[in-house]
Amino acid sequence: MVTSMHIDPNKMVTIKIDGIPVTVPSGTTIMEAARKIGIKIPSLCHHPDLGVRAFCRVCLVEDSHSRRLKTACNNLVDEAGDITTNSPKVRKARKTVLELLLANHPQDCLHCERNGKCELQTLAAEYNIRGNIFDPVWKPVPKEMSNPSLVRDMTKCVRCGRCVEACQAIQTTNAIGYSGRSTDFKITTAFEKPLSESPCVYCGQCVAVCPVGALYEKDDTQRVWDALDNKDKFVVVQTAPAVRVAIGEEFGMARGAIATGKMVAALRRLGFDKVFDTDFSADLTIMEEGYELIDRIKNGGTLPMITSCSPGWINFVEKTYPDLLPHVSSCKSPQQMFGAIAKTYYADKMGIPRDKMFVVSIMPCIAKKYECQRPEMNSSGYQDVDVVLTTRELAKMIRMAGLDFNFLPEEEFDHPLGLGSGAGAIFGTSGGGMEAAIRTVYEVVTGKEPQSLDFTACRGHEGIKEATLDLDGMPVKVAITNGLKNARVLMDKIRAGEADYHFIEVMCCPGGCVGGGGQPFRTTAAIREHRMDGLYKVDKSLPLRQSHKNPDIQTLYSEFLKEPNSHLAHELLHTHYQDRSAK
Amino acid sequence: MATETLSRERVLEIIEECGGDKEHLLSILIEIQRECRRNYINEASARVVAEKLDIPLVQLYDILTFYAMLETKPRGRYIIEVCNNAPCYISKSHVMAKFLRKELGINFGETTPDGMFSLQYMPCVGACNIGPVIKIGDKVYGNLNEERIRKILKELRENAQ
Repeated sequence: MVTSMHIDPNKMVTIKIDGIPVTVPSGTTIMEAARKIGIKIPSLCHHPDLGVRAFCRVCLVEDSHSRRLKTACNNLVDEAGDITTNSPKVRKARKTVLELLLANHPQDCLHCERNGKCELQTLAAEYNIRGNIFDPVWKPVPKEMSNPSLVRDMTKCVRCGRCVEACQAIQTTNAIGYSGRSTDFKITTAFEKPLSESPCVYCGQCVAVCPVGALYEKDDTQRVWDALDNKDKFVVVQTAPAVRVAIGEEFGMARGAIATGKMVAALRRLGFDKVFDTDFSADLTIMEEGYELIDRIKNGGTLPMITSCSPGWINFVEKTYPDLLPHVSSCKSPQQMFGAIAKTYYADKMGIPRDKMFVVSIMPCIAKKYECQRPEMNSSGYQDVDVVLTTRELAKMIRMAGLDFNFLPEEEFDHPLGLGSGAGAIFGTSGGGMEAAIRTVYEVVTGKEPQSLDFTACRGHEGIKEATLDLDGMPVKVAITNGLKNARVLMDKIRAGEADYHFIEVMCCPGGCVGGGGQPFRTTAAIREHRMDGLYKVDKSLPLRQSHKNPDIQTLYSEFLKEPNSHLAHELLHTHYQDRSAK
Repeated sequence: MATETLSRERVLEIIEECGGDKEHLLSILIEIQRECRRNYINEASARVVAEKLDIPLVQLYDILTFYAMLETKPRGRYIIEVCNNAPCYISKSHVMAKFLRKELGINFGETTPDGMFSLQYMPCVGACNIGPVIKIGDKVYGNLNEERIRKILKELRENAQ
């Protein structure tokens, strides 16, 4: 653990690293200080967004005076003085630590989910490991594949504890933790139960931080290839807002780069019959959710109303706060609204039999895989969304198809389910759902256009944001939160009767969907910010920035749904939740 | 006093009797285990403790599996702990250990199929003058030989009827 006694962050400390003086605030770790002068100290357990554990022991450095080795991730510059990061002793020690880790790790890299993206594999290459010094001691453990979202292959686990930190400290889901000691030390659920019987919400934050192939999403790419190859199927795809500002990272584009056009082109070349946009159904969600909110405020419904777009969040409420389910909007998520509309309105309009329509979603999310398989998500008479792929899985398909992503032209979404407003686009970041709702609700309630469409009080990735909006004399108090640890604070406030908000936006993952568990690996808080900026740029660049002004949404209502919260809208676009807490 | 499984009410009583807060967690767990006939803490009891003391179940499981004295799987009604420190070894504790294994038909770390006995090692209890010693519950038995062990096992079996 990092010792925090006598640390004055205002005090500057100067130490020498490899003979180079570095001045950093007191309390900085050796690892962080070394970064400042361009020295990367290897680690498997350290992660900039997570607490320090010092489990993996790879980050050894040498104290130049005492000649002792110490870990760089948890030792502070305050007691350091003079450090050597590149001595024969350091190189040998790090290599030995890696060799010991490899003795306890199956070496079927060729068949591993993380082949080419594994941090242990990368370090083994960097340290020029060319064979096994130690006899293998690992024992196979059965893979856990009992849920639709994620796979746990504990044979591959290096016991770095990042996943536990994500699950317990960041999300407070407390599905996984440690058990045993010494050689029995491992990562498990309580009483070794399957994840489906744990508080797991399938947010995938554990997957996002796993350095190796121990945790990954259930691969559904083959099911999509099969559908694309099946001439009987009409295969449509929807892409979530947060995917367009992250997929580029998989192909060397800048962090948060807007890759909408190239992504659409790639999907078309993969063979999808129509390429649509979840931004469209996000606009639809705003219509349904906005009117539901107005109805609840005017007619004394349960307040505060809480958003329901994030499936990890829904799982969390059902498992942990079932008594507060009446607060959750009855709206399905944009993904499920899309599926329901695609297999009813759109299929019928195009004359395609509903059973021939195959709906694929590209999502930044692992929980979406679970959501689409919920038995109640079959308003069309069939499973509304057939397969969910993560951003990473789409990148895999693009690579397998041999598409040079950077070389692709910029193409446009198809119509009519491909037109989304800027309000729909910002759904992908924390605060975006709220801002999108306000842009419409303001106008519906007051009959006037807002002076500015930029409700900046909603923006940013702070844990909990609060604002009071003046809807032409009617004050509406809102709160926005991301990450379940922060959401828990608001839920406890509601339980205690201390929350006087009208409307709360909750996104399960830190930063919202831009930080989803299905996004490219090695996501950090800094990268999430870039993706968020990308989404606000998308919003700003669009002529259409309010959901209710989306002409295709207006047509959908006039031709089919009639009006928001109509009987048909309720049948197709709203849902019921159930208490899934452990009894 | 020991029962097959503890009721929710009894677990709640134990929590209160032992101090009722997180600081007394280990006392609470030891007491629950002691009252359970099979010398372990089952998931149902753990859930009550987790809920009452506001500890996530997975973190409680970490604690249960960390301490050697706590067990999450059923053990024998009587846990026979054999001292494996040097003085007892000189007094032929290994011979007694071998005899116990043969007599019970189980290895150390295992439980007899009838759920009556478990075998495990323990460190010195300071009764070296009467070594080799074994401990069953709170009672230490010394000056062991095969005949005496047979007698102890027989008495315990009868006691359990």
